[in-house]
Amino acid sequence: MKADPKSVLTGVHFIDGDQACCEGALAAGANFAAGYPITPSTEIVERFASRAPAAGGVFLQMEDELASSMAILGATWGGAKAFTVTSGPGFSLMMEHIGYAAMTETPCVFVDVQRGGPSTGLPTLPGQGDMMQARWGSHGDYEVIALCPNSPQECFDLMIDAFNLSEQFRTPVMFMMDECVGHMTEKVVIPSADEIEISPRRYTSVPPSEYLPFRAGPDGIPDMARAGEGYRTEVTGLTHDEHGYPAMDWKSQHKLVGRLVSKIRDNANCIARWEEHALEDADVAVVAYGITSRVVGQAIEMAREEGLRVGLLRPVVIWPFPEKRVRELAKQVRALVVVEMNYGQIVHEVERCAAGLARTLLVGHGGGAVHEPENILQILREAAR
Amino acid sequence: MSTAQMNPVENFLRMDRMPHIWCPGCGIGTTVNCFARALVQSKLLPDKVAIVSGIGCTGRVAGYLRLDSFHTTHGRAIPFATGLKLANPGLTVVVYSGDGDLFAIGGNHFIHAARRNLDIKVICVNNFIYGMTGGQVGPTTPLGAVATTSPYGCFERPFNLPFLAESSGAVYVARWTAYHVRHIAQSMVEILNKRGFCFLEIISPCPTLYQRRNKLGDGLDAMRYYKQKSTVKNGANTKEVEVNFGGDIIVGKFVDIERPTLAGAMAAQLSKSPENV
Repeated sequence: MKADPKSVLTGVHFIDGDQACCEGALAAGANFAAGYPITPSTEIVERFASRAPAAGGVFLQMEDELASSMAILGATWGGAKAFTVTSGPGFSLMMEHIGYAAMTETPCVFVDVQRGGPSTGLPTLPGQGDMMQARWGSHGDYEVIALCPNSPQECFDLMIDAFNLSEQFRTPVMFMMDECVGHMTEKVVIPSADEIEISPRRYTSVPPSEYLPFRAGPDGIPDMARAGEGYRTEVTGLTHDEHGYPAMDWKSQHKLVGRLVSKIRDNANCIARWEEHALEDADVAVVAYGITSRVVGQAIEMAREEGLRVGLLRPVVIWPFPEKRVRELAKQVRALVVVEMNYGQIVHEVERCAAGLARTLLVGHGGGAVHEPENILQILREAAR
Repeated sequence: MSTAQMNPVENFLRMDRMPHIWCPGCGIGTTVNCFARALVQSKLLPDKVAIVSGIGCTGRVAGYLRLDSFHTTHGRAIPFATGLKLANPGLTVVVYSGDGDLFAIGGNHFIHAARRNLDIKVICVNNFIYGMTGGQVGPTTPLGAVATTSPYGCFERPFNLPFLAESSGAVYVARWTAYHVRHIAQSMVEILNKRGFCFLEIISPCPTLYQRRNKLGDGLDAMRYYKQKSTVKNGANTKEVEVNFGGDIIVGKFVDIERPTLAGAMAAQLSKSPENV
């Protein structure tokens, strides 16, 4: 289906990533947001609080991030398209509900505008230290989808994809921004509503008497029922059977959690998305995402001027990781250089995918500022040797 | 099944999930029976009633009721209910949970939902203890009472729940014990038909963990105690309804007022032009 024109601010805008993220959510059909103020993400819900009522949406500022992350799940079961917005400390508090959303297959989007951490860290300055937390932060086994924009335009575009993926796979989707992308102002083109494709919720078409809320279709994903429609669905975070009833035994655990994992894993190749630049002849592949993918652009240019054959792989969807492509590259290049604003997170994934076929190097950074291109260049020279 | 043999509450229960997990003598099932009867009497369409629970013995209530049932995370039934109600205002949303879930881990959400006058009904089965995890001390355990994590007796002053609810902004506050089944059902009918944040506390026995460790006998002994020591004082000052170990229990409907609900206040405010944006 197409986007609703009353939520789409069609036109050419000069706005920052936070504002663009909000517009993306609205265009995607989000009509419920709950949040707790936290720098550098607050502007997203400030804008939503002002824009949503005209489009029939609701914003509620909750008492903390535990409440925000649970209110959006209640709203989703009530029929809304919902998201919450936070940064590191709040993201940590939301972990339990990311797990609950995964377990109950509740579509929703969690936006994390990353800042320097750990703990209170650097509230106003960038970081990329939550990348593994987005993947593994809640206890137990589950899979998520995580997207990683590197411009205000992508904050808009990918936010729509985030909502669509959450509906298609009935899973929480992480939207991993960083302070730089959130606060940088650039041109953002918002198309007309009829150019925006929206994935509707997978509501069941069978009558209540035949409905089993957690019986999956052939694609491994069950259809939902909205509260108040007579389906009287039981939803629980306990391991459950197809009725949604608690089932405390290993067979039910394997059936349910196995399905939760495989519905994403089996589709990893079609969910994974990346961008490439100058990799055709590359001896060295840089892997970078978010704001860092833009900083490495200059380092790659400088390296090319020195005659080093360096290219860039930028994961746009970071989870599931572009495993196959990294493996192929590892066969082609001498080294994979991971540039990220942390002391080594995605580098472990790259190293795993490279499986010893190429050297894997890290250009780490504690956050608080972006990398200096010269420091990246130094490692590129070493990698090309 | 012939209708002549069917108990009217069965319509509201997931009979295929019986037997339930509650211990003999536990009061939770009694309150669920009252709730099912109140649903019949309230004339609400069951398809439009959603029930949300947290974690714990009372947290299992949602799953046994044949409604839209949400068994959420520990302490977060109220935030879930907040999203559910705002996204789907036509639903009557009932939060049914225990004292530990609602007032320890979930205490912050309780006071804020009451402050907002969110239109939900909160039913708390208060058994003075964490039952499901084996009988630990909680924020409602009376001074001196023994629990696994207060083996010398509880040394923290407990919450007076009706006072907390009223001072946080609830528009309806009542307390009964599991002995007062007709009063419970009556209060449930009232809250199901009242707008705004309504709170009902039901003092209930936990024979396995609370009664036994405190040498208070079984479920029947608890009923005798509730019968002998309860006094109905409708309209009582909630400041004065504290529960002490083995002491008198003031029960009744303490608060029944009107004030704008969250949704009402939100709609009124949103009709104005936004400032500073």
